[in-house]
Amino acid sequence: MSGAGSFPETLTEQAKALAAGQFSSVELTQHYLDRIKRLDPQVNSFINVCPELAMAQALVADTARARGEAGPLSGLPYANKDIFCTAGIKTTCASRMLANWRAPYDATVVRNLAQAGMVMLGKTNMDEFAMGSSNENSWFGPVRNPWDLERVPGGSSGGSAAAVAARLAPVATGTDTGGSIRQPAALCGITGLKPTYGRVSRWGMIAFASSLDQGGPMGLSAEDLAMLMNVMAGSDPRDSTSVERPPEDFTSQLALPLSGLRIGLPREFNDGNLSAPIAASVAEAAATLEQLGAKLVDVSLPHAGMAIPAYYVVASAEASSNLSRYDGVRFGHRCEAPKDLADLYSRSRAEGFGAEVQRRILVGTYVLSAGYYEAWYRKAQQVRRLIQTDYVRAFENVDVMLGPTTPSTAFRLGENADDPLTMYLSDIYTTGVNLAGLPGLSMPGRAVGNLPVGLQLIGNYFGEQRLLQIAHQYQKQTGWHLARPAFAEL
Amino acid sequence: MRWETVIGLEIHAQLATASKIFSGAPTRYGAESNTQACPVDLGLPGVLPVLNQRVVEMAITLGLALGATIAPCSIFARKNYFYPDLPKGYQISQYEDPIVVNGTLDIRLPDGNTKTIRVTRAHLEEDAGKSVHGLFPGYSGIDLNRAGTPLLEIVSEPDLRSPAEAVAYMRSMHALVRYLGICDGNMQEGSFRCDANVSIRRMGSEQLGTRAEIKNINSFPLSKRPLPLKSNGRLKFLRVADRWYRRRGSMTPTRTKPAACVARKTRTTTDIFPTPTCCLF
Repeated sequence: MSGAGSFPETLTEQAKALAAGQFSSVELTQHYLDRIKRLDPQVNSFINVCPELAMAQALVADTARARGEAGPLSGLPYANKDIFCTAGIKTTCASRMLANWRAPYDATVVRNLAQAGMVMLGKTNMDEFAMGSSNENSWFGPVRNPWDLERVPGGSSGGSAAAVAARLAPVATGTDTGGSIRQPAALCGITGLKPTYGRVSRWGMIAFASSLDQGGPMGLSAEDLAMLMNVMAGSDPRDSTSVERPPEDFTSQLALPLSGLRIGLPREFNDGNLSAPIAASVAEAAATLEQLGAKLVDVSLPHAGMAIPAYYVVASAEASSNLSRYDGVRFGHRCEAPKDLADLYSRSRAEGFGAEVQRRILVGTYVLSAGYYEAWYRKAQQVRRLIQTDYVRAFENVDVMLGPTTPSTAFRLGENADDPLTMYLSDIYTTGVNLAGLPGLSMPGRAVGNLPVGLQLIGNYFGEQRLLQIAHQYQKQTGWHLARPAFAEL
Repeated sequence: MRWETVIGLEIHAQLATASKIFSGAPTRYGAESNTQACPVDLGLPGVLPVLNQRVVEMAITLGLALGATIAPCSIFARKNYFYPDLPKGYQISQYEDPIVVNGTLDIRLPDGNTKTIRVTRAHLEEDAGKSVHGLFPGYSGIDLNRAGTPLLEIVSEPDLRSPAEAVAYMRSMHALVRYLGICDGNMQEGSFRCDANVSIRRMGSEQLGTRAEIKNINSFPLSKRPLPLKSNGRLKFLRVADRWYRRRGSMTPTRTKPAACVARKTRTTTDIFPTPTCCLF
């Protein structure tokens, strides 16, 4: 129970309570809208709150329930990362470029959640165009970590993570290009799943790096994520990279015991960057999983150290091309009184994009340019293949891998803001998973003082159910996922 | 000294599909501006291209008719450049792995003989929109109806030795795509248009000269006009162009089509777009 009275906090419990008629969706939605209004000024996790739409959706859900037509997610609220297009409601990507842009269509994820009867509370803050690891790169100001308001929530899905941690929403959507679901989940003490590339439709999800971007759920427990995956996952005729697979019930294997599962511990993750208390937290989690019947196996990912440089070349290259459409011509920010076409382009883009986005566009344009393409972009793609091969080989001997999500706990606002390289290293354990297209999950382990620690589980292709099962069994055993920041009591 | 004309043609055939290459928007010609474009054609944030199956079938049809190799795996690439009627800031085209490679087309020469012309490749790409100048005082208009229209770019080897051969090749290809039903061949509407790469060399030389590109030949009579190279003026022009390109170092004979295309676009930008504020309608 939160400082908020008599509403349970997890989606699973809320679903049961709604079904039992303990409260209505309208009451639950109002509860969250009140909390957002009262507390979000301190966290800044939302860019836009949509109370009218939310209450209307809640009413529809209650009506459907009264008619006996409610599905498992009917009437449950969620927060939506402001990278997913919503028809009629601003979609900003936390950029001045799109500060007033309204999409004429819903993202497939948004449509799926709406069709399941879910209630959208609003659009969450993020790093501009999903580029960042601290949520300090937002045109709408930084997000603060509910565990310590002087610290960052991580990024780029920092608003979604902070909103869930502060109990301003039970669950949220996120996107993960190099760790943008898992890293903020780790820093905010919540659970987040980056699915296999192609598992969740990217239609209407504004592109950063198309070969790496993947949407996924964020919430308080693996059980909650499994419920969301049942609606978010699935092939989409509008996304040619979405994968056609028979529908799965992501909750069906949660209760299975872990006996006989082989869990790999990549030795390269125990590098000089990993802080000792986090290493201890990972070791403790490994021991717990062993007690639950899993077998621990030492594995090696020889090219893990090259993930960050390869990632920043590939992601920046794709970003430079994907962000070319923001030219001030058809939509988005346009500079005042351009002298000529070149002036229109350069000033609209210089004014509309923040420093980090501009840095990556410049890097990306450089590595794609004639004469540098072979040395940078092609080489990075070759490294990407080596990294992927590492994972494929390792998965011949293990079912999943366990390691840290981040090298350190949440850092202070402004601490790394002037040092992009240190900032980039906070994704050192997550980017390889995107380069390989694998699913990854972050869940809270033993905290360091007051600050959460993220444990990362990496699965084989389409092994989301296995990740959710292990996370659920761990959460049943330890309860770290139920630790709450003092802020949540407010 | 005797000179020889060497010509290779790039034909853009607009494929006769009901919808665009990467979206479901209609391809009807002559509709009111910006009524045949959907969010995908407009390049709005969050949209994704989905390849039109008919387009691939039509390209394969031509490939089979040319006795060409159909690539078992064919890849689309992005040509990145900024231009107001290019909504995404890049054109989706094929570069390294085109769908059709190594075909041939027999042409009938004026003397009644037949000559076999090698077709290097045919690749799929999307057309850009159209900039409209002079219609709105102080503004340029952009019509994106054409954006995303499927094109098949058919590239010949430099096997043509005279304007007459070039015209014969164009006519044969025109008849073929119409017979196959993959292009309506309407040259007025731009459904079938041609760029010529022309160079000259000393008779008997194996080496190709620096080429000059003649863009947008969109009728058979017109195709006869810029191509005849027997006149001294044309020869002189080509020699001057040759030196100029070499000195500039930008349009060398090895330069690929995309780069040349970019160069042209950039020049267009500064030349005929003095008032940059654009409107969509």
